[in-house]
Amino acid sequence: MSSSPAALATGRLEAAWRTLARVEDPEIPVLSVLDLGLIRTLEETAAGTLRVGVSPTYTGCPATEVIRARVQQALLRAGLGPVEVHMQLAPAWTSDWISEEGRRKLNAYGIAPPAPHGDAVSCPRCGGRDTELLSAFGSTPCKALHRCRSCLEPFECFKCV
Amino acid sequence: MSDLPKVGARERYVLRIADLSLVLGQRLGEWVGHAPALEEDLGLANIALDLLGQARLLLSYAGELEGRGRSEDDLAFLREPSEYFNATLAEQPNGDFAQTIVRQVLIDAFQLPLFEGLASSRDERLAAIGAKAVKETRYHLRYSADWLVRLGDGTAESHARAQAALERLWPYTRELLEEDDLDGEMAQAGIAPPLSAVRARWDAQLDRILEEATLKRPPDRYHRWFGKRGEHGEHLGYLLAEMQWMQRAYPGARW
Repeated sequence: MSSSPAALATGRLEAAWRTLARVEDPEIPVLSVLDLGLIRTLEETAAGTLRVGVSPTYTGCPATEVIRARVQQALLRAGLGPVEVHMQLAPAWTSDWISEEGRRKLNAYGIAPPAPHGDAVSCPRCGGRDTELLSAFGSTPCKALHRCRSCLEPFECFKCV
Repeated sequence: MSDLPKVGARERYVLRIADLSLVLGQRLGEWVGHAPALEEDLGLANIALDLLGQARLLLSYAGELEGRGRSEDDLAFLREPSEYFNATLAEQPNGDFAQTIVRQVLIDAFQLPLFEGLASSRDERLAAIGAKAVKETRYHLRYSADWLVRLGDGTAESHARAQAALERLWPYTRELLEEDDLDGEMAQAGIAPPLSAVRARWDAQLDRILEEATLKRPPDRYHRWFGKRGEHGEHLGYLLAEMQWMQRAYPGARW
């Protein structure tokens, strides 16, 4: 995301992208809001306000409001205010927006990155490909529960939407 | 967008689809801590959460259309049963697990083509909400249809319960799928998909799922439910009493 043309436009935007790269997701703290692809727009208005469009992952996800508040606080603390953070619904968030880096971090954290419905999910612990779905829903709206038939460990998988 | 229908009608239509999600979500929430297995407890709660999220977006929008300063919370917690416009099917009691799953399949299979159609609405806000909700609903239908197949094509007991639930709830589907003046007006204006198209998709889904579940499709019967215009049966009042009592007892209470 930091290579987006907007990031190069002004130092303020560049600093904002760098700040956002350190804002953690409240549910999966190894991921930043950038890794998850949640920041859809970042721009400076004519009046000098930093406008940030945040995409919710799921309509009912309680983390959405925490994320919004964290983004706002982080930018203000970095001295980049005034800031206006709004919810950006369209286009709808997709798990395809999780960055390569994000997928790698998820796997290292023990959560299998999203795989298209019907595709094999690899065990994040032993790498085994022989896994089964235990529950289509998990501890948060974005995850499902799987089990590895090789190492027998249960693990969470990011839903593919 | 100056030729869009008068705000009153559009706001009422948005409430209609918002209330379907809200009331069904509230019903599913009743299973939390009571579902037959932990996985189903999580599954039903997660679906309820998605439905609540959809309802929040839609209610906020309805409040803006209305222009009287009512928030999503005002609309959820301070309307009377006669001001709720969900189809009567959504408020039917959970019954046993089979009845909950049958109700879920019947509504998921309706919401999927509805939200797909809304995704190309001329109303940009509804288009955004529809495109978002369609992803969630696809996941819901996969879950509920899987369960209906397991119950229908399961033991003699689970089959009998699933068939009984289907017979019990089927008469309510007419109201869900039958176009009334408001549905027609919204379709005409390009705001919502025509219900005839939604119904064709619903029929095809149901035929496929019921066949795999070895369940028999009940005959269509005369119906006399009008929840979509605010005339509800005896169940909605109790549901709202549970959902609204805090705001009614302590007006304006906030977290």
